[in-house]
Amino acid sequence: MSYTTAKSETLRKKSDRRRRKSLLSMNTEFPTPTYVGIAICAFLLLLVAWTIVARLGLVQPIFLPSPLAVVTKLIKLAQDGTLGNDVAISVYRISIGFLIASVMAIATAILIGAYRFWEAAIEPVLDFVRYMPVVAFVPLSILWSGTSDVQKFLIIWIGTYFQQALMFKDNIKRVPADFVGFGRTLGMSDLRVLMRIVVPSAMPQIWDTLRISLGWAWTWVTLAELVAANSGLGYRITVAQRYLQTDMAIGYILVLGVLGLATDQIMRLLGRHFFKYEKRT
Amino acid sequence: MTPHPKLSISGLNKSFRNRAVKVLSDINLEVADNEFVSLVGASGCGKSTLLAIIAGLQESDNGDVLVDGAPISGPGIDRGVVFQSYTLLPWLTAQQNVEFALRETRYDPKEIADIARHHLDLVKLSRFADSFPSQLSGGMKQRVAIARALSYRPKILLMDEPFGALDALTRGQMQELLMQIWQEHKLTVIFVTHDVSEAVYLSDRIFVMGLNPGRVKETIPVSFARPRTGDEGHDPELRELQARVLRSIRQETSGQDVY
Ligand SMILES: Nc1ncnc2c1ncn2[C@@H]1O[C@H](COP(=O)(O)OP(=O)(O)O)[C@@H](O)[C@H]1O
Ligand SMILES: [Mg+2]
Repeated sequence: MSYTTAKSETLRKKSDRRRRKSLLSMNTEFPTPTYVGIAICAFLLLLVAWTIVARLGLVQPIFLPSPLAVVTKLIKLAQDGTLGNDVAISVYRISIGFLIASVMAIATAILIGAYRFWEAAIEPVLDFVRYMPVVAFVPLSILWSGTSDVQKFLIIWIGTYFQQALMFKDNIKRVPADFVGFGRTLGMSDLRVLMRIVVPSAMPQIWDTLRISLGWAWTWVTLAELVAANSGLGYRITVAQRYLQTDMAIGYILVLGVLGLATDQIMRLLGRHFFKYEKRT
Repeated sequence: MTPHPKLSISGLNKSFRNRAVKVLSDINLEVADNEFVSLVGASGCGKSTLLAIIAGLQESDNGDVLVDGAPISGPGIDRGVVFQSYTLLPWLTAQQNVEFALRETRYDPKEIADIARHHLDLVKLSRFADSFPSQLSGGMKQRVAIARALSYRPKILLMDEPFGALDALTRGQMQELLMQIWQEHKLTVIFVTHDVSEAVYLSDRIFVMGLNPGRVKETIPVSFARPRTGDEGHDPELRELQARVLRSIRQETSGQDVY
């Protein structure tokens, strides 16, 4: 009895050791807390490296202020309301621009995904525009709509709509043909099959596409604000450059990173909630 | 006036790519009411295509497909289909999947839930009524698909290798279940398979299809008494029948190897 327990004990230890060793091996699985721990360590490591470089005076503060200086500056900007205002304006712009682009792209995708005629008429055009660099449209967008919010919407739209439409179309095309066949055997009309079977089937993939393209939209709203704005996160970064406020520029870039990460996580959690049915439990 | 066969196909041809590739050639067959027939044949001989044409999901080049003597025009709820691939809508539970079909085929909304429940019961899945497809095994998904296809009472059930993706054990159970349902509910079934023993176990008649171009090359009646237990496997007569079907299919494929 005691012999067997001892034996199983050593066996367990052995397997434990094997598991620990495998932390760095390919495709290994470990619990979520471990994962989070590793991620936090990586961030801390970067922060420490940055602090050391700044503290040792390896780089002048005007080029690279210390993390503490950046945080202090951000707190100050938060207290006087500047940060909150800038975030609100940028979030407003990305929301509207992204919403318009996404709604239009989904409608386009349904059309070209389901009807060959519209595919032939529209897709080559989309493909063509897609290869034009978004930044090249910036001067035009200013010419057309000055520094207004419309200019921001326009840049976000140009940057996301064309890519989205093609990706959504792909999402829709991937719905198995037998799903369509099933609907038709019930006597459903083409339109009904499309709206009640095809689009809902593609929804989880459409959501992923939304999530990816929302990440790009952050780039485009910042770009638009950098070149032509008198408010918003991007605008404040150009101001920082003008007055050599490196701490503010770096602080705002970090804020943009955090905002991007946060919206992505919100999208991920919402997706997980909406598409619970996909998970086996 | 003689009663019409349930399904009658005559002079049917089908080709693809602007008639460059002939897939089905001069198909003629009749299926009686309540009959269970199988289409067997080598892969690529056009079984799925023929079934899709009967379902109205594909068009033939020419020829007639009549259900109860009337030509079909596209898909219709007089023909239910169980596909080989899983076609349960993933965002709906088993119960809701059946209800979906009933709603689209204009059943009285007040009866829908009951009818759906009854049909899940029929395929012995009452316990899983509220499970999503992702939570069901392959065999269970096909059972829901069968329940769904039967729920709106089609005259003919078309099945395209419905158990093709299942393991041998589940497959056997599914065949038995299908047999039971067919016997109790009096259905006309057209069953596509490339599994000869499956065809022999289930069918009244087997249509062996030839290859290049696809055609019905032989019709083999299966006269074993029902209910069949599945234990007839030792019966020499039945084994001879299986061998005959297999030979008939093989002749085709071996002919192909020659060129
Ligand atoms: N849409 C299509 N276009 C061109 N050829 C097709 C198409 N669908 C099927 N075929 C061809 O028709 C033949 C019969 O296919 P199918 O009916 O799927 O055979 P089976 O179900 O017996 O394996 C195959 O050679 C296949 O390549
Ligand atoms: Mg097939």
